[in-house]
Formats: sequence, structure tokens, C-alpha cells
Amino acid sequence: MNSIHLVRDDLRPPGPPPRRHLISIADLTRDDVDRLLGTAHVFEGSLARHVKKLPTLKGYLVVNLFYESSTRTSSSFELAAKRLSADTLTVKSVGSSVDKGESLKDTALTLGAYDPDVIVIRHPQIGSPQLVARETRAHVVNAGDGKHQHPTQALLDLYTIQQQVGPLEGLHVAVVGDVLHSRVARSLLQAFDLVGIRCTLVGPPALLPRQLGAEMTSDIGAIRDADVVYVLRMQNERMQAGANYVPSLREYTARWGITPERLRPGQKVMHPGPMNRGVELDPRVADSADSLIEAQVRSGLVVRMAVLYDVLTGGPTGVRALAAAEVA
Amino acid sequence: MLWSKERQGDNVVFRGARVLDSVEGIDAILDVRIDNGVITAVAEQVSANGHRVVDATGLVLAPAFVDPHVHLRTPGREDEETIASGTSAAAAGGYCAILAMPNTDPIVDSADTLGSLAETAKREAEIPVGFLAAITRGQGGEELTEMGELADAGAVAFSDDGVPVASAGLMRRALQYASVTGRLLALHCEETTLSRGGHVHEGAVAAELGFAAYPSVAESVMVERDLSLAAYEEQQVHLLHLSAAESVAALRRARESGGRASGEVTPHHLVLTDEAVRSLDPNVKMNPPVRAERDRVALLDALRDGTIEAIATDHAPHARHEKDVPFEAAPFGVTGLETAFSVLYTELVEPGLLQLATLLERLSAGPSRIFGLERPRIAAGAPANLVLLDLGAVTRVTADGFRSRSANSWLLGRTLRGRVTMTVAAGAVVYDGRRLDGARPGAEAPASPAAERE
Repeated sequence: MNSIHLVRDDLRPPGPPPRRHLISIADLTRDDVDRLLGTAHVFEGSLARHVKKLPTLKGYLVVNLFYESSTRTSSSFELAAKRLSADTLTVKSVGSSVDKGESLKDTALTLGAYDPDVIVIRHPQIGSPQLVARETRAHVVNAGDGKHQHPTQALLDLYTIQQQVGPLEGLHVAVVGDVLHSRVARSLLQAFDLVGIRCTLVGPPALLPRQLGAEMTSDIGAIRDADVVYVLRMQNERMQAGANYVPSLREYTARWGITPERLRPGQKVMHPGPMNRGVELDPRVADSADSLIEAQVRSGLVVRMAVLYDVLTGGPTGVRALAAAEVA
Repeated sequence: MLWSKERQGDNVVFRGARVLDSVEGIDAILDVRIDNGVITAVAEQVSANGHRVVDATGLVLAPAFVDPHVHLRTPGREDEETIASGTSAAAAGGYCAILAMPNTDPIVDSADTLGSLAETAKREAEIPVGFLAAITRGQGGEELTEMGELADAGAVAFSDDGVPVASAGLMRRALQYASVTGRLLALHCEETTLSRGGHVHEGAVAAELGFAAYPSVAESVMVERDLSLAAYEEQQVHLLHLSAAESVAALRRARESGGRASGEVTPHHLVLTDEAVRSLDPNVKMNPPVRAERDRVALLDALRDGTIEAIATDHAPHARHEKDVPFEAAPFGVTGLETAFSVLYTELVEPGLLQLATLLERLSAGPSRIFGLERPRIAAGAPANLVLLDLGAVTRVTADGFRSRSANSWLLGRTLRGRVTMTVAAGAVVYDGRRLDGARPGAEAPASPAAERE
């Protein structure tokens, strides 16, 4: 099937070809996901070789615009672009004109003047990627907008599960923790739905938005039925005195912390990072053979390579051509 | 007390209009003559007496509208709206009177500030405008304003609109003192420990998109509190911009048990639901937020049965650069004076969800009754406060088509049916859409109302 359902930019008059963005998992079809994971797998093969750099995106400019701190996401996007031979430019809000009060619109216009091919943006507010897409001619990849979406995280998680656990359809994942404030959880819910993974949300009632319409429970015992336990970061900044989502972090750990005792033998554990060891995740679990956390970081690189490649070249034809080139 | 600039009463004859004033019991094809700003004849075939004759064949002539809830941004943010631009926008929307909220900079909490507004209004207001004064000093929620002096200086009513009166004890004191001033308290009902900086109705859309959520119950618990206090003190209260089904139910119960309570609803709460927020358009961000379909239906039912007596625009102009940011960074509020009738006609009357006569009553007689203003009416001897409506005309809403200084309308790009053709306020023609209007360069005012009719 040749249909392309990445977000189209309908805010401009129609003109060839439509710019492709990755802003939300909701904009993807099952075919898009399969294609992206397939491309990532091809790139993983290429990274096993002695010379890891591919000439694929030579001459393209990828701008990383980060308004929030990040280790994994910003470093893996930068490395992904470099492994594909693109030029990269990283702009962080600290130390830039954002510090001086420049608006997102003006920053986007400024960066847009360099004619970047891709702008990767992380921003604390929902809808920032759409604003950048509107104000520039670049393809926009959302690296996290507020509590809304973090689509590349969900894709790398699907890739990790596929590689480490097996075919996605019919699996069962328990997502544990602060769903309310988690863009990872929102992207995962849509991604799991797309590929046929059953999902159970587990956590304190005030952190599980009941309007999500998902399967949810506050009983930590529910994780035992799952193939994979996906642990969300307990965000300390949300847990300050007076917020009262839970009485204390100590009580959270006692009721919802993931310990070896709460897991079945062989049950896989994932975490998007950065983790609070000893709060949401017992160090014995984090360091065990069943932890997929390092595999997630490795997947992050190849999946982000696949996303950059996909928004720029677009479509199944390109992927098949690349695979053929690899075989040759 | 309402103020506007001095104007001569006009001499006009409206010929062959469908004259619709449900309170006066009129719905017939008639002529209406205005002499020096006063209606002198409502009859078939009145003589022109040499007056200007407006051929109103096929048009509706109704009592002009009254908006009890407008933000004129003056003093402090004259870049967003002035008394001149806001009242001009109101004239174009069919209004003959508007009431402005006191949450300006400085807040209208002293007779001095109110007096200077009155002076400005006497110089530049195109239509009569009244001012509410704050309930608490600086809207800080701690000390009452000098409500007696403010009432004497002409405050129409009192409100801390924009923020609630958080303290129940202070609310009670305000109600007790209102019996001295004889002025209404108009209440913004929000329990801020529940709304907590939320941007969007707490429902499926906020959950999915990850917005900080502002639940219905944040409004309805405050509505219940204020209705209980008002009943206990046997005072009248008015509930601003209702948004939730539970609030409507509380108001209905209070009225049925004899309480003197009234409510208003905005066009956007009658038309939109939180689904609109999926667009991430900062022009659908308002406080209170648009809510679920069941809330919208409850508001419409209440408007129909009279539980909600008034439609208010909550016209809230914002500078372009302040809305040209991501949704969460944008301020709350949308404009509405120039589109209220058209959007409600298009969305509610045309599909048969609301009678035209009911819409007109809730835009005019309803708000006048609540705030004790003279009711615009079509009867010999009454001051002329009239709106001429072309129900067939089609208008496309564009950012450069507004008289308001701001264009943060949730209707940009929409095509609406039903247009205000002419407005008469306090006896003077204040808007005439039939004539090319120099105040609005580039605007497409058709030479005759029939030009764009379908």
C-alpha cells in the first residue's frame, strides 16, 4: 500500500509535494509504523558495519530546537542526523535569544531563514510543532510538546518490544505511574492501539485521567498479567508539597514502585528515562537482565534515523530502494 | 447609568419591515417612523413627513441588542480596544447599549477611575455604555470597594469578573452591602483550587491532548455556593458566562424555589464544544472553557426555557502577538460583539434549534431586565433603539473586517448568514451597513442588502 498519512501541512495552499511532519502518533497508520520500524531495522544493520556513516542525507540541514532539557532525545537526534551525513545545528533555549524573551514564532522565523530541511523541536507547550510548521518551510519532527505527544519515543518503544519480545500484535503492556503528566503515555496509548497491543494503565487515581477511556486500575497487582511493564518517570516537580497527587514519594514507592517481588520471572521492564532509581523503579530491577532500558536507548538512535529519512524521502518506495542498495 | 457622546435624534421611516418585538406582542409587516430619535408611529403606511425612508422590505426590524458583558480594555490596554472602537464594534453588531467590565489597568474600583471613564465615554462612545465597578479593591478578594460611592458615581453593577470572590465570608459581606447600593452583583464563578491553571475543559479532549484541565465542577461548586449565600441573604445575583450543565441545573433550582438569580451565556458556549480545541487555535481559548456536548445542550435548553435570560458576548479583545503563540501561552478570551447575532442565527435559528423571537428577546429585553436598564422596545413614544436585520445576507468573517481593534475571533474564515444592516441607538443611526463605511477601509458593504442575498 502506497498511502502516506504523515501529517500534511494543510495550512498552506496546496503545492507539490506536501511537506511531511511527524507531530503525533495519531497522524500515523499501521502501514506508516511498519514502514518506519522496517527502515529502522535496515539502519540497525548498517550500524553494525565498520564504517557507520551513511551518505543518505548528505547536504540536508537538520536543526534541533530544544526548549527543555534532554539527554537521550537531543543526543540521539543529533547523532542520527550525523550518521546519515546531514549537517546539524543544535539550538537550546538556555543561552539563546529565547533567554531574552524572543517568541517561538520569531525564533522559528530566524531559524527558518537558514532553510533547514528538518526542524526537530522540543517545547513545554502543546502545539509548538504546529506553530513551527506554519512559520517555516521545514519538515517538523516533534521531540516532545508539553504533555501532549512524544511520537519518536513511542516508535522506539515499539521497535524495542518488537526486537526484544516479539511480534507486537496481541501483546499486553502495563504502563505504571504518572499518566496525567506524561506525553510518553499519550503517544504510547495511541501507538499500542494502532498495532494491537493491549494496554493497562496502573497508578494513583489522581494521576490516571479517567476520560482517556483506557483500561485502568490503581491496583499494582494488575501488572502481573502483562508481558511488559512500562514504568513512567515520577516527576519530582509534580510531587512538591501541596500538589497532593499522592501523599508522598515514599508512599508512592511503597504502593506503586516496581520491585522484583511485584514482577513475574522473565517479565520485561521498560522506562523512557531519566529514571529515579529507588522511587518508581527498584535498582535491582533496573539492572536486571529483564530490563530493556539500554535497548531502548539503542533503538532511539536507529528509529530517529528512520524518522529523519522518512520525512525527507518519504514513503515505501524509498525504503525498498534503500534495502535493495543495502543488499547490493 | 449609561454614557455616550451627544447626538441629534434622527428622522427616519422604515418602510415595510417585518417588525418583531415579542415583548410588545408585535410580529407584522409594518412601517416605523422616528421623529428626532423617538418612535412616533408603528403602523401600516405611515407618512414619511419628509424623513429619510429606508426600504426595509424583506428585512426584520427588532429592538436593538444589549450586551451586559464586554471588555473595553480601557484604561490600560488601548492598543486592544478603546471606548470608541468597542462601541463602534457594538454598533455594527446591532447593540444599542453595552456594559463594560472593571478588570482594566487600573481596576475600576474608585469613583475617580469611574469618573474618568464616564468623561471619555461622553466624548467618544458611539452608543451608550455603562460600567461595572469591582466588588473588591484591585479585585484582590480581600476588601470591599466603596460600593456606595461607586453606585452614586454611576456604577451599573458590581463584578470581579476575570477572577472569583474566593472567600465565602467576603462574598456574604458584599451581598449584605448590595442591599444598600441597590446594585446587582455579577459573579464569575470559579473555584480556583479546582481549575488550577487549567486551559481546557476536563474531558476526553484534554485527556488525550495532555492539557491542564479545568473541570465543570470548578464552576458549579462556586455557583452553588453563591446561590446559597444569595438565598440566605435574600439578595439578587447574576451568574456570568455559564458553561456547565450542573451550573444550569443549580440556577434552575434556585429560580424555582423563588431565588432572585439570573444567568447569561455566550455565543461560543452555545455553539462550540471542547472538540474545537483539537485545532489548537488560541482563538478557542476562553475562561470558562467550552465544554462537552451535554453542557452545550443544557445551556441551549436553559436559554430556550428562560432559565438563562441573557446572551452576553464576553467580548475580550487581545493583541495579535499575544494570541500568536502556542495555545497554553495564549491569554483567555475571544471577541464577539460583531458576530454574536450572525453566528447564533446561523447555528441555532436556521437549523430550527431556537426561535428567532427567543434569540432577539435574549439579546435585548433579557439583559435589560436583569440589569435594570430601559428595555429597547418598538412602540410609539419609546426612544428609538432598533436593529434592522437581513436574514438572507451572507458574510465571510475576516480579520480586516472588524471595527474592534482586535481580531481574536473564533469565527475567522467562517461564512455566516444573517447580518445587521442598520442600528439605531438612543435615537441616532449609529451603524448603517447600506452605505460604504469610511471607518472600515476595504470592507465590503453591499450597496443594497439584496446584493448578497441568496
